[in-house]
Amino acid sequence: MDLGGINPVILIATLMASAVPILLAALGETVVERAGVLNLGVEGMMIFGALGGFIVAVHSGSPVLGFIGGAVCGALLSLIFAALTQVFLANQVATGLALTLFGLGVSSLGGQGYNGIKPPPTGKLFPQALTDLPVVGPIVFGHDWVVYFSIAMTAVLWWVLKSTRVGLIIRAVGESHEAAHALGYKVNRIRLACIAFGGAMAGMGGAYVSLARVPQWVDGITAGAGWIALAIVVFASWKPWRVLIGAYLFGGITVLQLNLQVAGSAIPVEYLSMAPYLITILVLVIMSAGRKASGAPAALGQNFHASR
Amino acid sequence: MKRRNLLATAAMGVLLASGGALAQGMDKVKACFVYVGPIGDGGWTFQHHDGAMQVKAAYGDKVEIQYQESVPEGADAERVLTQMALGGCNIIFTTSFGYMDATNAVAAKFPDVKFEHATGFKREHPNVSTYNARFYEGRAIQGHIAGKMTKSNKIGYIASFPIPEVIMGINSYYLHAKKVNPDVQLSVVWAFTWFDPAKEADSAKALIDQGVDVIAAHTDSTAPLAEAAKVEGVIGFGQASDMAAYKDGPRVTSIIDNWGPYYVKRVGALLDGTYEQIDAWEGIAGGEVLIGEITDKVPADVKAEAEAMRDAIAAGTYHPFTGPINKQDGSPWLAEGETASDGDLLGMNFYVEGIVGDIPK
Amino acid sequence: MLRLEKRPTPSRFWLYATPPAAVILTMVAGGILFAAMGKNPFEVIRTIFWDPVFGEFAFYLRGQLLVKAGPLILIAIGLALGFRAGIWNIGAEGQYIMGAIFGASVGLAVFPTESRWIFPVMVVAGAFGGWVWAMIPAILKTRFNTNEILVSLMLVYVAQTILAKASTGFLKNPEGMGFPGSRNFSSYPAAKNAFLYEPLGLHWGGVAALVTAVLAYILLTRHQAGFQIRLAGQAPRAARFHGVNPARLVVLCMGISGALAGLAGLFEVTGPAGQISIDFNTGYGFTAIIVAFLGRLNPLGIVLAGFLMALTYVGGEMAATQLGLPAAAIQVFQGMLLFFLLAVDVLTNYRFRLAVGAH
Repeated sequence: MDLGGINPVILIATLMASAVPILLAALGETVVERAGVLNLGVEGMMIFGALGGFIVAVHSGSPVLGFIGGAVCGALLSLIFAALTQVFLANQVATGLALTLFGLGVSSLGGQGYNGIKPPPTGKLFPQALTDLPVVGPIVFGHDWVVYFSIAMTAVLWWVLKSTRVGLIIRAVGESHEAAHALGYKVNRIRLACIAFGGAMAGMGGAYVSLARVPQWVDGITAGAGWIALAIVVFASWKPWRVLIGAYLFGGITVLQLNLQVAGSAIPVEYLSMAPYLITILVLVIMSAGRKASGAPAALGQNFHASR
Repeated sequence: MKRRNLLATAAMGVLLASGGALAQGMDKVKACFVYVGPIGDGGWTFQHHDGAMQVKAAYGDKVEIQYQESVPEGADAERVLTQMALGGCNIIFTTSFGYMDATNAVAAKFPDVKFEHATGFKREHPNVSTYNARFYEGRAIQGHIAGKMTKSNKIGYIASFPIPEVIMGINSYYLHAKKVNPDVQLSVVWAFTWFDPAKEADSAKALIDQGVDVIAAHTDSTAPLAEAAKVEGVIGFGQASDMAAYKDGPRVTSIIDNWGPYYVKRVGALLDGTYEQIDAWEGIAGGEVLIGEITDKVPADVKAEAEAMRDAIAAGTYHPFTGPINKQDGSPWLAEGETASDGDLLGMNFYVEGIVGDIPK
Repeated sequence: MLRLEKRPTPSRFWLYATPPAAVILTMVAGGILFAAMGKNPFEVIRTIFWDPVFGEFAFYLRGQLLVKAGPLILIAIGLALGFRAGIWNIGAEGQYIMGAIFGASVGLAVFPTESRWIFPVMVVAGAFGGWVWAMIPAILKTRFNTNEILVSLMLVYVAQTILAKASTGFLKNPEGMGFPGSRNFSSYPAAKNAFLYEPLGLHWGGVAALVTAVLAYILLTRHQAGFQIRLAGQAPRAARFHGVNPARLVVLCMGISGALAGLAGLFEVTGPAGQISIDFNTGYGFTAIIVAFLGRLNPLGIVLAGFLMALTYVGGEMAATQLGLPAAAIQVFQGMLLFFLLAVDVLTNYRFRLAVGAH
């Protein structure tokens, strides 16, 4: 099949890679929000992870260590948010936005001197012979390990949130922290762990931008991907598989609109470049129409203080 | 109330006093720069800052450099410019097109401070000069290489916004590719951003996926080159800076914005008292546009031709827009042997004949 | 071990003492940062906090504080109304852009007619533009139960594309030699938002911001709608019991915040910014969210928060140019200030107690 020069197989393979940063960050944020915490600092954590991952990868020569470093950096930054909101009970929305500001600033300061360097490459996981297979080759075998990791994480989080005790506790904390506390759970500690996990995932998503998607460090490299990740969590009604669908939908339309431009589509370019946002809204409208509940965790954005 | 007026008068007085000495040259110049992005952008602002550092290197203690990064265009620019002028800057370089009106507005209030605005056209006051670089000259050389080296006969251009500067580059690139390869087809992707590495990578990928094997970019990051590096046989060019890290990969040459010579010249003129208002638009000849080393990936004969073109442009014997050239709709633009006027170029809002697609309106 | 204990009633003392305490903490932490970067911390702190108000160039910079704070306050007040009612308009940036485009379009359409009606009509058009853009998420929410956070945020990007289209297409200055950007309103007296009193930086936008703050305060404390807004946020079920119509409240709050953001855009484009350009928006819509919360969602608090933010911008710029600090250091410093303001706030409602024995 060939749509005016656009090969759907390559398109799917491309969107799978281009959606990874948003997907990882959105998955992390899903867990955070399911625990009842709204962290709007995703962009800040992503870019800090992008820088941290880049620096670790460049100095160690190992991209895998880089991704771990990115995750650690994202988690470290998120601990500021955790301390403020869980210990000092600060407003989550404002703290998250401040975290973004802080993260952008710190990364810009820390990144001086890392311009124009190439990080060690993150190669494809499977041998060329498998990648060359028709259709399944590019889609199933043609990626680096992080793409598979992002899909695996979707499945793991779905399972954890749905069927495990840990997931149950997280959801309980997010739905009613009073009740969870009465049952003897340490609400703020559980939330702290979730926030750190969310930070690690965002940091890793950022590292994917600086190590695989763009491979370089420049100021402002994530260019707003964290905001899209936040929107995708809402889009997905806080469900992991829908996060994957949302990220692939958004990433897919972004890639498709660029491909349509190359193919010389008759649709004016400015409408094409609005398309990812408009279509995301449209799909959400269709999905949410008729449903009563939004699916948002009941305690989202509210701080908890144990009075006893 | 009184105190404020007093302060205002005093501050203006200081400025007037320092301004009086201009005509005889100055012992020390405070040169200030307003940047649109962070120095760490690795592209546009990075190159301007490099120019500022060249000024420092050239004059040492006789010059003091001040700069402000990431200044938004509009109201914030006006405030930063006023602060700089009040703070004693003798010459202020505003390094983005969007500062045009702010530069002229502030220049009206500080007649003794020199203002230099990059890439604009308004010089409403005698103390405002404008400067720009003829990047399209570099695009001509890239186009030549692209036309010679493409195997699929499909070449691509990642464009930012539909403004004359960008359209000029697209036309120059296409004309010179077409000249050496009549079968060449150009695909343009409008990214609608100056800087979004992930989107630039996606744009490059989209071009490559549809068979394009030579990619030029008018956005600032190395992302398109990194994307090209993933596929055997795809080449690209460094943009704004040399992007030398990709020399062993897809980067075959580059356009380097080199503002240093101009900045050194202007500050020098202020120091020795020869400063005058000008409208500078220099290119390869003036050293503002540098063509980065052409790598061995380019066959020797093509490399020689490209270098010959570079030298001809530098010598003034060749203009990249030399007729006959028709507009996209087939109507004539330049007659045989006629070269484009600067006015035509600066306001360019049409594709030349042969390019498929529309400029976003 | 230190334990946090809820106060029976909020502390009056800490209500007013927390902001200065946070500023002092920021000065200490920021000072360490600046010292680590090899700058004189006292000089930097003085440049940021003292010089814009009392320094050598304060005659100019004092006015700039209101220029910078005005749009932040105007937008933040609208957002605060919604936030109080539990309605999350994250897309004020888009509404700001659309207000500017609508208002500017009206003015540019009649260029160069001179009439004193032009500017008022533009103001209405600006508010309308922001209102329309906010109505999209509002109506999608009330009709289809679509989450307003996502829709309002996504519409920011759509507005940015329209802005690019406006400045390279339908609003492009016909005398601009093909360059992007509209005509400059500074050379069109009938449509210009001129300074009413320049030393204070007062233009119509500043007037609107201050008047809106007072009106919003009255609305929230004295008016039925204000009561409904507060009730809907604090106790949604009780609100419904009291006859609050949630759909109407969404339309009302989104509408007000959209219109105010649109107004801010209009006053900015016709005044300090001067023209529609590709990068006309500078993030006021996002910063205003922080301002709204720093002001504790209280209109008068927002005014103070707006001026504090403006001070860090203006003073931060001074420090960057004059002392050669990277812009990013200022960003970090602003982030720290926000962190401290948010953290210290806990003392208003809680106190730290030394807990004896195990818990």
